Amino acid sequence: MSEFDTTVPTAFDPFAEANAEDSGAGSKDYVHIRVQQRNGRKSLTTVQGLKKDFSYNKILKDLKKEFCCNGTVVQDPELGQVIQLQGDQRKNVSTFLVQAGIVKKEFIKIHGF
Amino acid sequence: MQTGLVGECSWKKLMNMADDKQNDVKDEVAELAPFDPSKKKKKKKPVVQEDIDDSAENLAEKVETLSVSEGLESTFTGLKKKKKKPAEASLLNEESVEVGGEDLDDPAAESEEGEGIVLQQRYPWEGSDRDYEYEELLGRVFNILRENNPELAGDRRRTVMRPPQVLREGTKKTVFVNFMDLCKTMHRNADHVQAFLLAELGTSGSLDGQQRLVVKGRFAPKNFEGILRRYVNEYVICLGCKSPDTILSKENRLFFLRCEKCGSGRSVAPIKAGFVARVGRRNAGT
Repeated sequence: MSEFDTTVPTAFDPFAEANAEDSGAGSKDYVHIRVQQRNGRKSLTTVQGLKKDFSYNKILKDLKKEFCCNGTVVQDPELGQVIQLQGDQRKNVSTFLVQAGIVKKEFIKIHGF
Repeated sequence: MQTGLVGECSWKKLMNMADDKQNDVKDEVAELAPFDPSKKKKKKKPVVQEDIDDSAENLAEKVETLSVSEGLESTFTGLKKKKKKPAEASLLNEESVEVGGEDLDDPAAESEEGEGIVLQQRYPWEGSDRDYEYEELLGRVFNILRENNPELAGDRRRTVMRPPQVLREGTKKTVFVNFMDLCKTMHRNADHVQAFLLAELGTSGSLDGQQRLVVKGRFAPKNFEGILRRYVNEYVICLGCKSPDTILSKENRLFFLRCEKCGSGRSVAPIKAGFVARVGRRNAGT
């Protein structure tokens, strides 16, 4: 056994418990951008799954200023905080988040039609 | 060189396998080849004679050495020739042009012709005696294979899904008419597809009496199509072989996708509705 320990490089231990950061590769790390229909031709964009470290209110403020729309941060009992914006801002939001370096492009999932 | 030879050998084998027809055609062309230059010469003859009248060569010899004299002429009467070129090229079909290019009797004429003809050649190595490259031969074999027996060429048949038919029910509801058909073509449980559609659209909906999907909200067929496309990518297509012959099964609360073609399996994410904002009127009490 001791031989094995010396010979096998231990840079990567496959049996170690997965770290919290690594395990997010599944569904947790994704930022979901959805759109919802309202009455008439109005719609609503929701941004869910941003990292907790970010100040949602500051992001929201910039989003509102950038896209000239209103919005709020909603507290959801299961999903935590969710940003809501008026209008279909899916493209805008994703480009904004990528450009600001908040999320990587691979981790953004755009839902809706 | 070695690789070139090997390539040629395998190429020939493949050619034999792939097409007999094409070979026959080639042989015919090769047999026809001697006629083509004569045709060309007839056309050019007036020019030839004009020039050669002065030099007064005897005709019998001229027929023998016509090609050489042509070559000389082409250098002299280059302008005339160039004018004539396009018409000639268009008259002769591709094969004969190819043969003409191989006609090495008059190198000068050939070099001139080369410029005009290169565009019309089917294969890049035609008209030059360089070695074939592997990629070119491979492409050629696949072209031939595709022409003669397409089922061997490895072209996977594209599974065609009919576009979704969508009706408006009133002003606020949309009916997805051929929902069941599409589920059947994908071999997927209608409940699963419905859950995905509704989660993506962020609305509610249900199946009606005629097995149509009624969705709340106004949606265009294009919207459904995009979502179905995403569904197919995520829950139907096998990542390994891209075939849609897959089975979605549930094993202790996890969804697994199993390919019927290549036998590979993968797990797929469960459908989650995510956050749905509250839209519409609030209750009077709160």
